[in-house]
Amino acid sequence: MSTKTNSSMSLAKPDSQTLSKTQKIAVALGIVGLFIMALTLFNVDFPNKPLFLSLSLGLITAGTIMFSNNAYLTKQAGIKNDGVWFKSIASRGLWGWALGIVLTLFYIVLYFKAEWLGLAADGGANGGLVALFDPLSRLLNGGPASQWFVYGTLYTVAILVFGYKFMLKYRHNRYEQLRTISVMFFQLAFAFLIPEFMARLNSETFSLPYYDLKNIWPLNFYNFDKYRVDSMIEAGDIGLAFLIFGIVSIFVISPILTYKYGKRWYCSWVCGCGGLAETAGDPFRHLSDKSQFAWKVERWVVHSVVVFVTLMTTAVIYSYLGNDSSKYWLTKDVFLLGVAGLLTVVFALVMLFKRKELAKDAQYGAIGYFVIIMVLIGMHYFSGTKNVFLVDTYFLKSSYGFLIGAIFSGVIGVGFYPIFGNRVWCRFGCPMAAMLGFQQRLFSKFRITTNGGQCISCGNCSTYCEMGIDVRAYAQKGENIVRSSCVGCGICAAVCPRGVLKLENDSMNGRINSNDILLGNDVDLMDLVNQK
Amino acid sequence: MEHIVIIGNGISGITAARHIRKLSDKKITIISAETEHFFSRTALMYIYMGHMKYEHTKPYEDSFWKKNRIDLKFGLVTAINTEHKSLQLENNENMQYDKLIVATGSISNKFGWKGQDLKSVIGLYSKQDLDQLEAIAPNNEVCQRAVVVGGGLIGIELAEMLHTRKIPVTFLVREERFWDGVLPRGDADMLGRHILSHGIDLRLNSNLSEITSDAHGNANGVIIAETGETISCNLVGLTAGVSPNIGLIKSTAIETDRGVLVNRYLETNVKDVYAIGDCAQQREPIGNRKPIEAVWYTGRMMGEALAQTICGNRMAYNPGHWFNSAKFFDIEYQTYGWVFATPKKGYAHFHWKHDDGQKCITIEYQEASNIFLGINTFGIRMRHEVFDRWLTEQRTTDYVIKNLKEANFDPEFYKTFEEEINNAYKYQFKMAYR
Repeated sequence: MSTKTNSSMSLAKPDSQTLSKTQKIAVALGIVGLFIMALTLFNVDFPNKPLFLSLSLGLITAGTIMFSNNAYLTKQAGIKNDGVWFKSIASRGLWGWALGIVLTLFYIVLYFKAEWLGLAADGGANGGLVALFDPLSRLLNGGPASQWFVYGTLYTVAILVFGYKFMLKYRHNRYEQLRTISVMFFQLAFAFLIPEFMARLNSETFSLPYYDLKNIWPLNFYNFDKYRVDSMIEAGDIGLAFLIFGIVSIFVISPILTYKYGKRWYCSWVCGCGGLAETAGDPFRHLSDKSQFAWKVERWVVHSVVVFVTLMTTAVIYSYLGNDSSKYWLTKDVFLLGVAGLLTVVFALVMLFKRKELAKDAQYGAIGYFVIIMVLIGMHYFSGTKNVFLVDTYFLKSSYGFLIGAIFSGVIGVGFYPIFGNRVWCRFGCPMAAMLGFQQRLFSKFRITTNGGQCISCGNCSTYCEMGIDVRAYAQKGENIVRSSCVGCGICAAVCPRGVLKLENDSMNGRINSNDILLGNDVDLMDLVNQK
Repeated sequence: MEHIVIIGNGISGITAARHIRKLSDKKITIISAETEHFFSRTALMYIYMGHMKYEHTKPYEDSFWKKNRIDLKFGLVTAINTEHKSLQLENNENMQYDKLIVATGSISNKFGWKGQDLKSVIGLYSKQDLDQLEAIAPNNEVCQRAVVVGGGLIGIELAEMLHTRKIPVTFLVREERFWDGVLPRGDADMLGRHILSHGIDLRLNSNLSEITSDAHGNANGVIIAETGETISCNLVGLTAGVSPNIGLIKSTAIETDRGVLVNRYLETNVKDVYAIGDCAQQREPIGNRKPIEAVWYTGRMMGEALAQTICGNRMAYNPGHWFNSAKFFDIEYQTYGWVFATPKKGYAHFHWKHDDGQKCITIEYQEASNIFLGINTFGIRMRHEVFDRWLTEQRTTDYVIKNLKEANFDPEFYKTFEEEINNAYKYQFKMAYR
């Protein structure tokens, strides 16, 4: 599909969707709120920080709420995509690019030049933007703010206010409403408040690492780093419980939920990245690339990230384990064997039961498995105490953190919302999404059901799929959509004008069906063609 | 290698081509003067509304056709010579065929109204119509009012489209209710209220008398026959149905009536010439179906069936249970089986409507046997497969109402209405047999 936009054929101004008076006032409020923050970057030192911080966040919130109310409550409930491709900000026009660049720059400064935001040098007092958030930080965790606190607050505010907007936009759709309440709750409670309160509990004798409990490895690829594991073990029962929860969530909770509901239970109901994408990112969902080529790139990139993160984590843990089994049962060798054994079991089960469904991808899977096993064996023979393959594991981890954690998930993932759509990270980069997706494709009850022969190939579903799935390609064949990348946002079903799509959890039998002749034609013909 | 030439790249022609390719190695050429590639006609409205761009309405990537060895020819066929099995194109190019499939679709109806050919009078069928609409009515400054004539599916789509650009719309409907030639009274009444609630100036019982013109030959108003009222406007949409696009065929040996006449095998009177989709007219109607079915689904089904015949597995076009769908502003509509505006003798309707004015169902059944014949459902999605099965099994309406949950296709967590419907049904029968 062409990516050029805003080429409306109108002779006059194509953009007939001008802002109403109320919307203009709302935008003004929001901009004043942002301007207060911007001023701090120019070292304006506000006298009463709590007041100005409240004012800033309050104005942004009020502006967004006012705008949303006027945009949606003045119209009847229903699909609200009128003029989406005529709006500069939503169709890669000038405003879209401007926003993309501003967001990208913000992420670059946040990750690499936090002192420009006013982060204190060792021991000093914060200045600028970070200082503006000090009062709130003190209130929650007792200490001064960091750039991450600023980011976390803004992130949470964004999910809450744009979540509100999204709920108004889809106020006729309870699935969308509940899902949005869920991501708003998990962001506010699990990602923002609980970790801050936990930090408050830390003392000289008791300390827990920052832990957003809903973040599961490999999304929080750092979870099993030495310093974290040490600190959790030292924190006694609570710390141990956290550590065990971290492991259980990977191997027990997540597989069970994914089996029952598909990966949507996480990606569009719980996850923070998904939360931002579904709320603040919603106006950009149609910008995802639906081409077959993009799908190919997606599969290679995201699975490479999975391989990378698996090996990296293994190497990191390997590097700090001991050799002496008399001190602790989990030694380097036991660990390596364990990882290899687990992978072998998964691989064998998949090949045994799901080989047919994987078809050609089975070869790639086999190659991937082989590479990992060889690397694990290599690790055993060629590694020193700190090094794996002569490469410092710290270097491995920090380059993953830089490339994937910062550049991919932040700078590209969010900064490029207005250019590539809102799920670039989830689709191309997130190893968690890839692993859940692998299970969703093979061992899950979830699918998007197609309603017989009712599809009219209009393309709304594909256009508004944030993951770039060509939903129509399945729907017009009367085939259920069972795709590993589907995050179950439900928008395809919502925008379908003919009621053709339904997200559901049902039995594994007949989940993947392929029909050459659609329902509606002669039954004999359907039998003849479909029962090959 | 046998050369199959298909005139028309709509859903019928394209489906035939795809299935012929699946079943055989024949050379396939599709000729169209409308667009270079297949697009979904039903999605035209969404381009104007800004939901999608033209590119998004193409169900297959442009590379698909080459990969599947389906040749696309962008040009107009000007003559067909069935004796020499050849076609002439606009640029005098000739093309030989072994088998010809006519899938030329429809044109908008015009009933000889005065002024119907003025500039800024449009239908809404083709990509060209859409381009014209975009030029005439880009916004509500250029187009200060539009009049839509004809209360059917395309008329309401056009009204909705214009409404998204805040262009005031007067909607002339000849009948007493919106689409009441097809919909039972309760359904049509609800839609009428919904149309009004969106601020459309809906005029029922209103016929177009004539379209008036300004000095430049642009339409500048319409006169209503019943009242003589003149409504000034900058655009007139004629949406009083469509009829087969067979201008090209009429001068050939291929027999036509309103459409290209075909038998159940979709064969015309000329050997090796077939017709499918909107332009085809069944010599004898199939069941309750009209001889000309200008519906997306039937076009596709004819394409599926004809591909079998062309590839040596001669097969009649034998559609199963009738179904259709549409969307009226915010209200989705699906229908399975037959529900007529007025039930014939011996048949009756059960109607349920929700208080919010956005949901209702009407079921038609045979009174004596209680056998279920069809359902119109508005605002509640239902499963095609389930109703198709129930119709085949000739279930009673009691059974259908009792098991309605099985047919629900609304998104998860939606409020369900089966119980309410069940109560209304029981109540109606209690009253009837009291």
